[in-house]
Amino acid sequence: NGETREIDAPQDMPLLWALRQELGMVGTKFGCGIGMCGACTVHVDGVATRSCSLPVGSIGTKQVTTIEALGESPVGQALQAAWLEEDVMQCGYCQAGQLMNATALLTSNPNPSQDEIENAMRGNICRCACYKRINQAIARVAQEGTANA
Amino acid sequence: MRNLSPTLDIALARRGFLKASALIGGGLALTATLPMAARAVASPAGAAGEAGMLGAFITINPDNTITIIGKNPEIGQGIKTMLPMLIAEELDADWDQVSILQGDTDAARYGMQLAGGSFATPMNWIPMRQTGAAARQMLLAAAAQRWGVDAASLTTEPSVVVHAASGRRATFGELATEAAAMPVPDLAQVPLKSAANFRIIGRAIGGIDSPRIVRGEPIFGVDTQLPGMVYAAYERSPVFGARLLSANTDAAKAQPGVIDAFTVEGNGNAEDLVDGVAVIASNWWLANRARSVLSPQWDNGDWASHSTAGYDAAAAAAFASGEPQEVFANKGDIGAAFAGAAKVVEAEYAYPFLAHVAMEPMNCTALMHEDGHMEMWAPSQTPQGGQGAVAQYLGLTPDKVTVHITRMGGGFGRRLTNDYMVQVAAIAKRMPGTPVQLIWSREDDVRSDFYRPAGYHKLRAALDDAGKLVGIDDHFVTFDRPPGPFNPASMPAAEFPANYVPNVRYAQTKLATAVPMGALRAPTSNALAFVFQSFLDEVAHETGKDLPTLMLDLIEGAEPDPTEPGFFGPTPGFNPHRLAAVTRKVMDMARWSEPAAAGRAKGFGFYFSHMGYFAEVVEASLDARNQVVIHDVWAAGDVGSHIINPHGAMNQVEGAIIDGLGQALQLAVEIEGGAAKQSNFHNYQLPRMPMVPNLHVEFVMSDNAPTGLGEPALPPVIPALTNALFALTGKRVRKLPIDTRQFT
Repeated sequence: NGETREIDAPQDMPLLWALRQELGMVGTKFGCGIGMCGACTVHVDGVATRSCSLPVGSIGTKQVTTIEALGESPVGQALQAAWLEEDVMQCGYCQAGQLMNATALLTSNPNPSQDEIENAMRGNICRCACYKRINQAIARVAQEGTANA
Repeated sequence: MRNLSPTLDIALARRGFLKASALIGGGLALTATLPMAARAVASPAGAAGEAGMLGAFITINPDNTITIIGKNPEIGQGIKTMLPMLIAEELDADWDQVSILQGDTDAARYGMQLAGGSFATPMNWIPMRQTGAAARQMLLAAAAQRWGVDAASLTTEPSVVVHAASGRRATFGELATEAAAMPVPDLAQVPLKSAANFRIIGRAIGGIDSPRIVRGEPIFGVDTQLPGMVYAAYERSPVFGARLLSANTDAAKAQPGVIDAFTVEGNGNAEDLVDGVAVIASNWWLANRARSVLSPQWDNGDWASHSTAGYDAAAAAAFASGEPQEVFANKGDIGAAFAGAAKVVEAEYAYPFLAHVAMEPMNCTALMHEDGHMEMWAPSQTPQGGQGAVAQYLGLTPDKVTVHITRMGGGFGRRLTNDYMVQVAAIAKRMPGTPVQLIWSREDDVRSDFYRPAGYHKLRAALDDAGKLVGIDDHFVTFDRPPGPFNPASMPAAEFPANYVPNVRYAQTKLATAVPMGALRAPTSNALAFVFQSFLDEVAHETGKDLPTLMLDLIEGAEPDPTEPGFFGPTPGFNPHRLAAVTRKVMDMARWSEPAAAGRAKGFGFYFSHMGYFAEVVEASLDARNQVVIHDVWAAGDVGSHIINPHGAMNQVEGAIIDGLGQALQLAVEIEGGAAKQSNFHNYQLPRMPMVPNLHVEFVMSDNAPTGLGEPALPPVIPALTNALFALTGKRVRKLPIDTRQFT
């Protein structure tokens, strides 16, 4: 998120647990620990990455972006606004990961097709099954661009 | 679900009391006190009117902002937004000036605080509105006094009192201090708005916490952070009912970051505390990793021999014997009905154990203060139950256990049981002064659940010469479980169509098990809808009808059932007119009379649960690999006279439909060696975005008090899908999850 942080932790500690409990940044969520649910998604050098399965020692000087800094990017900000417009969430626990993944999608592909949205988002579980609204929120930003953010 | 009083009168309060107090610096604080809540909780204080307050706590500040307490736990069902909407409506507040605070666990102040059973809407629809209306009356009285006019000549606009005759206006904030000195109205006497004047009820309002969530702010239970906090993991046997013999805690203590490790003795009751080993570390990942060196030795007793295959065989044996353990519904002469039947339809149905897998794994934070007072931050659907359980375990009175209610990453019924609260209390009591956060891994969550009970049904239907259903017989093989106020492994004696068929026998056989069982969203209904609506579809086909026609024929001329004793008091009985209305509505929406597109078929399902009526139609096909593709789902629901928050309501229905489809298609927890075989999302596969069909949801308004939407939309979608697959393939799905190999 643009800051350099140093921590004293084992090399093999997943980034997720370093973020949450060494750095106190709890926006990134623990869901499964095996990269199956996407709740822990962050960006590493702009690429959507499962932080539960990424050893903190492997990061080196790469840039890590978390949900806490999502609003600093135009796409992220537009998606946050669309999420509220569509009233996407029920419990909301998975939404940090959904937003991070959606931001990576629209950053690399600003006009995805329905199939591309579904394929890009299939790694993110929403137990409340707010999928229809997640899809609509992404489609809205794809359609309207980031100007309204 | 314990510590919940069964005596609460859902039929709403007749009389109530309010307490008003001036705030320091000006302003009005209002606490509603309702006898309804007084009956719901043991009365801690003596004075009438003080005891058992139902807290809708309104604070009106001089700057005209208003703070309303949301008393119930928020699990994603939208209650933290919706209950304050009811108060704000009758207060006539400017919603944009309202902020909402989550109330702590406090039975004396707030009455029942429960997220379960879709109960919050019917229980609070009138009391919350009365609370807001009473506060509005006090503001009117204050304005009347200030201006020397009759209160009846005053009206309100959002957060403003208006005297139209003189053009005078005063904001609620300007009047709040004076209002606090006004006599407190009798809640039962305060007039409520007519629906035509609603400004907030019926408005699509976004979740109150959503802006914080999209920014990743700490808001969930597991986000709780306290100075000096340490993290705990808990090793327990995967075999249900096992007792701990020994563990190598010294080895765990030697692992990096580990602060302590110790054994914990349970009480043999999974609802409270099972034997285990706690590992404490500076980081949960380190604590959890150190579990691998504990080498725990368990006494599994006989339970390790239990398996799904064994239960299947026991159910088959029970069916073969033809002798259920007990008959729990008996009407007419079932023997004669079958002896004289022109046709008998017979089928066996089965469904598996299911896990809840709330997205936020179970967790709880506890701090045992040096003075012996326990403070907790609990993601619990029944925080009052958890408070009681922890107090009992620690030998404290409940007032010595403070429970802060956190937002939850889902509940689905899992967090009705507070075992994780007792677990962390058992750990924290060993570490006075140090806050401890217990977190379960996903594997812990899937393998230590209170599962939706599996079940087996052998059904028979007797049809007369005219094809009329004249008898129904069910042998239900279920599981024995410890007594409790609600048994999710049970089946109602009135299970449809019992009241609409002259001869009925429902009987059951209960198998012993140590598998913990609990309520999963729409408990009992999520399984029984599949069984009975599928079987009735079979009956309908035998008689040359379709299921919606059979349903309408069965209830023809029937009047509403009388009020029934419900879990929290009397509830309106099943109303066949409402069944008919939603059935006709969904037939219209789905163009039921027209054939589906080529290669597809439609199926119907209806269910009444949690006071809500839902009829649903699924259109499905099979792809080239014989996998089920769901194209469209139409749902018509009747949950009363108002959809309080259309945003939340639609979201609940859409989510419930996909949840049900996921259960039908691919979810099962199998028992092997006395333990759950599934462990994480790779082998317990929830629906993902590509599976989501087109969803068409409409509500049928009826002249009934609004009821909750967390649950009733789920049950009928399962038989609607399986009935569609029968229409498509001619193969009947009689076992969940759907085994697509039967379609080849």
